[in-house]
Amino acid sequence: MQIPIDTETLANGLRVTYSEDHVAPLVAVNLWYHVGSANEREGRTGFAHLFEHMLFQGSANVEANEHFELVQRAGGTLNGSTWLDRTNYFETVPSNQLAIALWLEADRMGRLLPAMTQQKLDTQRDVVKNERRWSVDNQPYGTWWEKLPALTYPSTHPYHHSLIGSMEHLSEASLDDVAEFFATWYTPDNAVLTIAGDFDPGEARALVHRYFAEIPRNPAPPSRPDFSIAPRFEMPMREVVEDDVQLPRAIVAMRIPPCGSEAWYAASVAAAVLGMRKGSRLYRRLVRETQVAADASAYTFDLTKGADLFVVDATANAGVTSDRLEQAVHDELDAFALDGVTDAELARALALIETDFVSSLQSASDRADTLSKFATYFGDPALVNTQPARYQAVTAAEVTAFAKEWCTADNRATLLYVPRAVAEQEEAA
Amino acid sequence: MTTIDTNVRPTPGVPRAYAFPSFTRHTLPNGLRIVIAPVRKLPLVTVLALVDAGSVADPAGQEGVAQLTASLLTEGTGALSGAALAELVESMGSTLDAGADWDSSVVKLTTLSSRLPEAIGLLARVLTEPSLPEDEFQRLRQERLADLLQQRSEPRSLADEAFAQAVYAPGARYAMPDGGTERSVRALTLEQLRTFYAARYSPAATTVVLAGDLSVDEGVALVERVLGGWSGTMPEACAAPDTTLMIPRGVHIVRKADAPQSELRVGHLGLPRLTADYFPLVLCNAILGGLFSSRLNLNLREKHAYTYGASSGVDWRRWAGPFSMDAAVQSDVTAPAVSEILKEFDRMRAEPVTESELSLAISYLDGVFPIRFETTRAIASALASQSIYGLADDYYDTYRANIRAVTADDILRVAQAHLHPDRLQVVAVGDPEQISAPLAALGIGAVTVTDAEDTLGH
Repeated sequence: MQIPIDTETLANGLRVTYSEDHVAPLVAVNLWYHVGSANEREGRTGFAHLFEHMLFQGSANVEANEHFELVQRAGGTLNGSTWLDRTNYFETVPSNQLAIALWLEADRMGRLLPAMTQQKLDTQRDVVKNERRWSVDNQPYGTWWEKLPALTYPSTHPYHHSLIGSMEHLSEASLDDVAEFFATWYTPDNAVLTIAGDFDPGEARALVHRYFAEIPRNPAPPSRPDFSIAPRFEMPMREVVEDDVQLPRAIVAMRIPPCGSEAWYAASVAAAVLGMRKGSRLYRRLVRETQVAADASAYTFDLTKGADLFVVDATANAGVTSDRLEQAVHDELDAFALDGVTDAELARALALIETDFVSSLQSASDRADTLSKFATYFGDPALVNTQPARYQAVTAAEVTAFAKEWCTADNRATLLYVPRAVAEQEEAA
Repeated sequence: MTTIDTNVRPTPGVPRAYAFPSFTRHTLPNGLRIVIAPVRKLPLVTVLALVDAGSVADPAGQEGVAQLTASLLTEGTGALSGAALAELVESMGSTLDAGADWDSSVVKLTTLSSRLPEAIGLLARVLTEPSLPEDEFQRLRQERLADLLQQRSEPRSLADEAFAQAVYAPGARYAMPDGGTERSVRALTLEQLRTFYAARYSPAATTVVLAGDLSVDEGVALVERVLGGWSGTMPEACAAPDTTLMIPRGVHIVRKADAPQSELRVGHLGLPRLTADYFPLVLCNAILGGLFSSRLNLNLREKHAYTYGASSGVDWRRWAGPFSMDAAVQSDVTAPAVSEILKEFDRMRAEPVTESELSLAISYLDGVFPIRFETTRAIASALASQSIYGLADDYYDTYRANIRAVTADDILRVAQAHLHPDRLQVVAVGDPEQISAPLAALGIGAVTVTDAEDTLGH
């Protein structure tokens, strides 16, 4: 199974990947800008994400909210998302509607600023504040998502600060910030475009050239932040968070080599061994046997710059204290670091990863996003076709070596959520 | 050289034809039905074994038994323990899960097609010869109780449960969570699960849907080999749950002290899935709150910035599920937000939708149809719904034409017939100190305040 791939780079630096198939009469358009919360300036946490909202507020030839309307009227689906070091925008449309999807992306890449107004910014700022309340402040454990990076990356590091942003910084964002961020980061030389699905290659190329070729590149590409960081924590770290939750949750993170490195593939397999589905070690030990936890999983954050995180999380069963839960998770990690994995565990993990990979090829939108990811982070979308072989090459000895080197107690940061009611009772006692 | 005006919007090309995957039906001598849709795209197959044993079949006082029974299916068969079974299935790269919703219990398998013969054998074993062991029963029941405990702090689950209680009569099955309440789950016994399994799981009550990389002949032969020997009688038909209307209108606050947002549900009883007005109602809902560009979202999010998103929907079930308009709004604008929701609701009944709104909703639902069926899982789920609700064989082939045929008059008619301002129930999970007086001032109905424990523990 090979994803068909053809690439070109326009004179303005826009890198384009074409992946043609005719399974269904639909086509996915996917655009990654190589900018995320890591690129925010001091005092502007949350701005990259607020800016993503502004990209749906129209451009020179598109009214506010018309982007959504035009794609839906074309019979398509769309959205965007912001991450620590990239922001993506994507549409899937019937194949005869490829032109409108490309034109909409080009209009906002080339001609966003004429449509920006203070009123639109004020509205989206309030929408984003409500997104923060909804996903972080009024959601059990919702703050994990800004507390974990804050705990595991030093305050000077670009991953340290909150992606959704503080209310205060959101309030301070101005139209000047919008103009500056746009000019600095939303240029064709800082973007990759992927078209995947049912299209005519000649026609798609012609459309890409027609709509994107005239957009100027950035004459002075920005300097990128320094992502370098010590390879490991060197000492255990721990933070206890009292929250409006009913059951304790332990989130234990280890600093590991960045996504894409040789050791990272062993880490990814290790996560599947430990925490992927019900046959995983954590499920068997913590959920099934000792019943300390009601659920448990493990995963990598997939960060390609500086250092990645390997995360294990477990939520306590009813009646289990936070101390017992935390101890149980660390005991499992101790055993993992001491003994590594068996051949059977490795085989199970690789088999699940293989099926997941094949499943992920079913949707044109997912294929396009994966191609954009490899183009953005590693400069070559065709690397996606080497992934099954890279995983299959991972040996039990390599996963064991990973566990011994990176899962030791001195390389763990623990974020422990405890029910506020219990915390209050303990204080009173 | 010609200058291209990139400021001009492009027009669409000629649409390419699309057909929902063709499928065939078969019935084995033991009464088990098979639906097969060959989709030769990638080497994957999804299998869904549907049993007419959804949560509506829970006997009174045993709410949650259908879900726990389904979960327990994959916890062992014959000499295989639950742990050994999980490891065996996953070592083939396959996933095997079981669960129940309101309308059916289902065992789901997704596998590489090369492993289908072995994997479907395991699916058949858990379906027909589950161990239903005592220790795993105790564990799963405990996990369900932990789930219910968690929900006390989750505004969205609390709002859904409080809304169900406001819409349905006390004691009605739909007034309680499909997985059961704390009281009902605590009281469940393994004996009750075994009785439920014996009464409701049988070949005549089962449909196996296969979608993906296989031929019809292969599929029939495989299912016949692994399930042809299963015997059992047709269970009693499932009794209709109580869907008596709750009137009068009321405002139900679930206390979450100092909450920065109020999680809102506003609505009433909906209609059963097989209503003749299904297509006009789908369009009506799309325009009211089903799309990003819907009235509710453009008003509450893009105009007023009260929320990150507002939407509406009918929870389609075999019997009438709830219809609700949903949003999580900043606490200090809770009453104005409810007021805007009511305005949009009334406007659907007062005047026809505009030509632009109608054409947007139709072209969206028509256009995304092929995008909905890119995966074997999505195709199998569509065929499962067809089987569960008894939709016509040409349902998916005629879906787009049915969507396109709906008019603004149809929408006005169904809005006036099925949206009932006099039956609205308003649920808000939030801080009563901030929101109860302003909500009372709207004059919708009596305001009551309950605690989260009482909402889930009844």
